[in-house]
Amino acid sequence: MEGAGNILFSGVGGQGILLASEITAYSLLAAGYDAKKSEVHGMAQRGGSVTAQLRYGKKVYSPLIEPGQADIQVAFEMMEAVRYLPYLHKGSKVIVNTQKILPPAVATGQAEYPADVLDNLIEREVVVVPVNAFDLAREVGEVRTANVVMVGAMSPFLPVNVDVYEDIIRARVPEKFRDANLRAFEAGRKVSE
Amino acid sequence: MTKKNDNTRWMSGNEAIALGAYEAGVKVASGYPGTPSTEIMENLCRYDGVYTEWAPNEKVGLEVAIGASFTGVRALATMKHVGLNVAADPLFTASYTGVKGGLVLVCADDPEMHSSQNEQDNRNYALAAKMPMLEPSDPMEAKEMLKTAFDLSEELDTPVILRITTRIAHVKGVVEKGKRIEAADGEINKNPSKLVMLPGMARKRRVYVEERMNRCKELAETSDINKIEEGDTRRGFITSGVSYLYVKEAFPGAAVLKLGMCWPLPGEKIRKFAAMVDELYVVEELDPFLETQISAMGIDCRGKEYVPNQGELNTSIVRSSIDPGSKPELFEEAALPMRPPNMCAGCPHRGIFFNLSRMKVFVSGDIGCYTLGFLPPLSAMDSCVCMGASVSIAHGIAKAVGEDAHDKVVSVIGDSTFIHSGITGLINSVYNESASTLIILDNRITAMTGQQQNPASGYNMKGEAASQLDLEALCRAVGVKHVYKVNPHEVPETRKVLKEAVNQEEMSVVISEAPCVLLPEMKERKPVSYFTNQENCVGCMSCIRLGCPAISWTAFAEGEAEKRGYRKKQKGISKIDEILCNDCGQCASLCKFNAITRKEDK
Repeated sequence: MEGAGNILFSGVGGQGILLASEITAYSLLAAGYDAKKSEVHGMAQRGGSVTAQLRYGKKVYSPLIEPGQADIQVAFEMMEAVRYLPYLHKGSKVIVNTQKILPPAVATGQAEYPADVLDNLIEREVVVVPVNAFDLAREVGEVRTANVVMVGAMSPFLPVNVDVYEDIIRARVPEKFRDANLRAFEAGRKVSE
Repeated sequence: MTKKNDNTRWMSGNEAIALGAYEAGVKVASGYPGTPSTEIMENLCRYDGVYTEWAPNEKVGLEVAIGASFTGVRALATMKHVGLNVAADPLFTASYTGVKGGLVLVCADDPEMHSSQNEQDNRNYALAAKMPMLEPSDPMEAKEMLKTAFDLSEELDTPVILRITTRIAHVKGVVEKGKRIEAADGEINKNPSKLVMLPGMARKRRVYVEERMNRCKELAETSDINKIEEGDTRRGFITSGVSYLYVKEAFPGAAVLKLGMCWPLPGEKIRKFAAMVDELYVVEELDPFLETQISAMGIDCRGKEYVPNQGELNTSIVRSSIDPGSKPELFEEAALPMRPPNMCAGCPHRGIFFNLSRMKVFVSGDIGCYTLGFLPPLSAMDSCVCMGASVSIAHGIAKAVGEDAHDKVVSVIGDSTFIHSGITGLINSVYNESASTLIILDNRITAMTGQQQNPASGYNMKGEAASQLDLEALCRAVGVKHVYKVNPHEVPETRKVLKEAVNQEEMSVVISEAPCVLLPEMKERKPVSYFTNQENCVGCMSCIRLGCPAISWTAFAEGEAEKRGYRKKQKGISKIDEILCNDCGQCASLCKFNAITRKEDK
């Protein structure tokens, strides 16, 4: 067991960020790491921008990632991949679901969804891994597995063997959705491998 | 792969506190939901052998726990930081009566106001109410400290406060499971000289309170809950709670005095530590609580001169506030449209706030999902102070403005908040002849904190059928003569009723009845979606102004309107996302051009 790291999950309330961060956390624990994860509940969840912060290593004290120290960001929406730029550093890896969810100001015609929003990352030498999680989830037969597609796409960047993730998905996902989630994980993983 | 001990669990601080309460042998627990404390009770109610309930407010919850403690059982009350303001009355006198079975109050502060109206520092309550307060740093410690708190409560005959913050409540970490201890059963005990706080008896107990706190100070000196961690003595840090974790990362290897008990303070231990180190820093979130006390002991220390007294801390803030040179260069934020929280698609509150946004009234708001009625495009809330304040503030405004005010002041409150502390305000408004209008947003659940049952929902905490408060009968019983009921999804109909209610020259109540769309039964139903007949859309934006997440606007490019067969001047069209639509029909009730239809009517 070597190394330590910080993973930032970002997206819009209701996209399944918590489950994705839970599968990742359990996988890191099973691989022998200590971990801490921070979430925000309540007011922030109502369709607003949400994050979960996951830190792992030999021993983790603080549950919060320091600005500039997120090694990996798993972003469930394009604009939400860019909103937390101060948390990233040159070479951070951003796994981004290429879905757009319009914020209220855009939906009501008061503002425009920024064009080429991911250029904000690429220009700063952040590594961007785009994932069409929605289509991949549909292809495996369950649109609600888009979050696990994202975990799959992130998985090769962590020091955790693939069978560990799969064991965790088997153990944590209700039987009815187990196979679809395993297929979703595999489909996501193929994007990054 | 390292084999994990079978007793370890991955748990949030709140889950760990629930487990700690179970292991400590708690028999009775009562609380009112409030972020970030809610999940403690939600998890505790799943354990056998613990009676759990949602109380209508924090004062009632604490009083229930006090009563249970008087019988000899271990009892717990949970609340968020502002809830302790509501529960302060019983708290300060329970300090005098003391306990029989252990009595612990868990209060969850919210520095940074992630989901709160203020960021008060509740450590001040321990000082003011003269009782011990423990402060854990992470979930595992939270569980263990809760058990320590019960032991301490019984040993010193005192209620004990366990203070947590958002970054403990909603942080997950590795927690080790223990065994439940068999605590005492409840029995009727009469001990009036200890429990009846008439002045004569209270004066005697007042003396005891001082003795007890002196004993507690001695314990604070010897207990390893307050621990000196030896290290580099050029800079020493006194810290507690989650700040301890930030200090450990910002200044690894430095000498640290970690205070697990933040009241009363171990004066001698602090002096000893101060003498060990060259420079002494106090690192704490919010108020200079420890710093003020340590300075008052005549000890030279630095704290809020460097460390912010507002918002949360983190490793980076702690490091750079003490070592300004260590501030790293960061990527700047990109300019992006904001993504604030919004009411859900199909939320019944939207119909009420849409109407209020079109009436010339001052809207006195309250605490709940509906506080989001403040945000554009609805922008229909003019004040919001605390739980239950909407109706009394409206009354104050109406009295101050005088007779002209009767059709200009409206208050809005949710069902759970009304029961929490709005009822007394309504009684006052009737008794003192207010002429404002109260709208009770009855969505059958405590929604903002994540769907907790309440006395009007018809179910108890465990989901079993329970007595259901009749809000209309209650309003009539306190003397409101004009009580209306509306279906908020029928927007124009609701408008008519609101106008009539507001025009009454006596107190009126409008009960807006429609269930929260996040209720399990609402989620299970298969909503039929509405859709846009775009050929009929004239671009009037009536539906857009609802601010529903399922409706979006597409602006036309120049000449596009004519090309697509619309009026030349039309600026765009609206569209309903049929996947997001929750079948409320508010938009259809507003559309005058037959451009929005329910799918089954197609």
